[in-house]
Amino acid sequence: MSKITNILVCGVGGQGVMTATEILAEAAISLGFDVKKTEVAGMSQRGGVVTSHLRFGDVVLSPQIAPGEADLMIGFESAEALRWSHMLRPDGVALVNSGRIVPPVVNLGLFDYPEDPVSQMRALGLTVHAFDASSLAIELGNIRLGNTVMLGACADRLPFPAEVLRDAVLARFGTRKPQLVEANREAFEAGRRAVAGEALAAS
Amino acid sequence: MPATQTVPAAARMFLSGNDAVARAVWEAGTRVAAAYPGTPSTEILEVLSRYAGLHTEWSVNEKVAMEVALGASMVGARAFCAMKHVGLNVASDALMTMTVTGTEGGLVIAVADDVGMSSSQNEQDSRYWGRFAHVPVLEPADSQEAYAMTLAAFELSERLKSPVILRLTTRICHVKGVVQTGERVEVEPKGFVKDPRHWVMVPGNAKPRLPSMFEREAVARAEAEASPLNFRIEGSDRRIGFVTSGPTFMHVRDAFPDAPVFKLGLSCPPPLESLRRFAATVDTVLVVEETEPLLETEMKAAGIACHGKDVLPRIGELAPDVLEPAVRRLRGEAVPEPEHVPAQQVFPRPPTMCVACPHLGVYYTLSQMRNVIISGDIGCYTLGAGHPWNALDTCISMGASMGTALGMDKGRGKADENKKVVAVIGDSTFMHMGMQGLLDITWNRGNVTVLLLDNRAVGMTGGQDNPGTGRDIHGEETARVDFAKLCEALGVKKERIHVLDPYELPVLFKALREETKIEEPSVIITNRPCVLIDHYEPATSYTVEEDRCTGCGNCVEVGCPAIHVTRRDKVVKASGKEVDLSFVRIETSACTGCGLCVQPCAPEAIVHARPVQSVQSVQFVRK
Repeated sequence: MSKITNILVCGVGGQGVMTATEILAEAAISLGFDVKKTEVAGMSQRGGVVTSHLRFGDVVLSPQIAPGEADLMIGFESAEALRWSHMLRPDGVALVNSGRIVPPVVNLGLFDYPEDPVSQMRALGLTVHAFDASSLAIELGNIRLGNTVMLGACADRLPFPAEVLRDAVLARFGTRKPQLVEANREAFEAGRRAVAGEALAAS
Repeated sequence: MPATQTVPAAARMFLSGNDAVARAVWEAGTRVAAAYPGTPSTEILEVLSRYAGLHTEWSVNEKVAMEVALGASMVGARAFCAMKHVGLNVASDALMTMTVTGTEGGLVIAVADDVGMSSSQNEQDSRYWGRFAHVPVLEPADSQEAYAMTLAAFELSERLKSPVILRLTTRICHVKGVVQTGERVEVEPKGFVKDPRHWVMVPGNAKPRLPSMFEREAVARAEAEASPLNFRIEGSDRRIGFVTSGPTFMHVRDAFPDAPVFKLGLSCPPPLESLRRFAATVDTVLVVEETEPLLETEMKAAGIACHGKDVLPRIGELAPDVLEPAVRRLRGEAVPEPEHVPAQQVFPRPPTMCVACPHLGVYYTLSQMRNVIISGDIGCYTLGAGHPWNALDTCISMGASMGTALGMDKGRGKADENKKVVAVIGDSTFMHMGMQGLLDITWNRGNVTVLLLDNRAVGMTGGQDNPGTGRDIHGEETARVDFAKLCEALGVKKERIHVLDPYELPVLFKALREETKIEEPSVIITNRPCVLIDHYEPATSYTVEEDRCTGCGNCVEVGCPAIHVTRRDKVVKASGKEVDLSFVRIETSACTGCGLCVQPCAPEAIVHARPVQSVQSVQFVRK
């Protein structure tokens, strides 16, 4: 059986995790891959934990990624990336939004938010590229561009050309909101540059 | 909800299991499809409602949905109903007699088990209904199979004149895969045939029909033995042969690509003779089935030696990472230590109520009341059991808040004699199964204060319409329930019914305090809509004037996710008592100006934000 690519996307309900994974799936389908995508999202719109599993290759059987099997993790929120660290292969790569979404249980003083989730992940020996996707999105005029920034960030880590993913992102907005195509193109490229710059700084 | 759209032509599509079932129901020429929303099954009817050429509806509950489908089948139309696992408990009264009458037009019941419990109050195995009701059960393993088996289910139903259960799980409903679809075939209903011996189930008519259930079951069993939906995969490693159905088939194939597998699609009645022949070709048989050891027990009763729940968990999903160590232990092999990093301890992130949710005001008020027992129900407002409110004491089943409250009132002894009994229920849950409970309260003179939270939506499942919104599944206007009049008709005195705004905390608090004092049934109806529905209008957002915030933390107790603690401190009061302080800020971009947090703020530190270009937050904004 040929190699299956496993991508885990994680974040908080309402951030656009499922939409981002859907776009990644569309890109893989456009290349003729067999694709399966699964998530646990029953109450996700209520600010809970959301994870989306994407698997593609010649033939995909189980839709679920086993712990230690994710080639790539796209973390939309720092503490969520840390929570799902064990899903990564030891040689896998995590792309993490350093932005934080602090839940009410932390505000109430019942639990602590980890001091530095990204450093904690690196201390475990994982390869992590972190950048502030939320701020980049706000700079581009709309925090809702955050998931396009995240997709741009992963574009050069896929087993297919970045342009395929970019076209899938733009196709989605092109039909629904043509006025957003340019903003999304910029957000996508900003994400790509953020990871490239961060990778350079880390080496 | 958009009205019906042009249906895409047959193609290779990327569909969830729910999408695939909906597509196949439409292609099968179905004329009537009904459901009550429930995770993970909700999207089936949402998708179907956009297709043309059939009647689709949200029914008030699953039993009604099933009866609507049966009526359509009686006139010879193809019919469909969908529900989550606990919904079939509600509908089972209809099912258990429908199996005696049998069906005319093909009738398919899709039931979605929440294996792994992503959004349910229990984890139960709907395959039992097939055995209990003597009806066939089909179990797809992915979206393509969900599509194909839905079409096969209509054919099977019409061949056997029996309802057919299509058993899904969360890992089918919410997994997307590539599906090859087809086109709709129109099926003209044959027409209703008056035949009391067939349709009027009084004992004299029902008794002669009972043998037909078992004759039909025998035919279905023979069909299962020969069906291409039940097949073997010959493997090279014959140490363990797997018997499996549904999503676990894919997990087994992934984890043990060289092992022989017997895959059940038409899993009830089980093809025991085919399974016996399969068992003879392998050293050991392992039955991989999620939740109950159903097939395992049946195989053992038939004298087929097998393993199952002696090595596999009874709870939750049987994904490859669960199967692999269990199978190694069964083979007597050591289980290697995982090479990946261990799971990290991170704070829990339970679902929360939304910014400006009208339930926030209700639970803040309830959390401030002493000596109350709060009987709860199923919906977003079940979250009131969580922090910071801790103001919901029970959650059992749809509508149960009414009956359990009455039972508490009638059953309490000295330990609870000074307590007030309050029941909390949402609009849709009330109409689903709560109305009868309220009637029981009034009829039996219960002393219960009912909070009926009318947010004009089935909130938890995505804001579907219900009889209280005055709109149908297509968003078109229809009859609208008047809750105050309804409660009055159910026997609540007019002066004991209050309709009020849950954003006005003093009004809510006063009504609750007064009504819980009066020893007769009362109903307080809150009337603010869900913030996630399309018609919600945000108001001017708020901000905190930092120099005026005293850190009292009252606003944090409201539980709004837009309020964030920036700094904590402690002070020692003159009395010597140490008090925790929480200084706050409001995430103005997320705040929609409901004003709830303003009301308990003693130093008046929460003020309207300056009108700036609003930046919408990623969080809690509905697309």
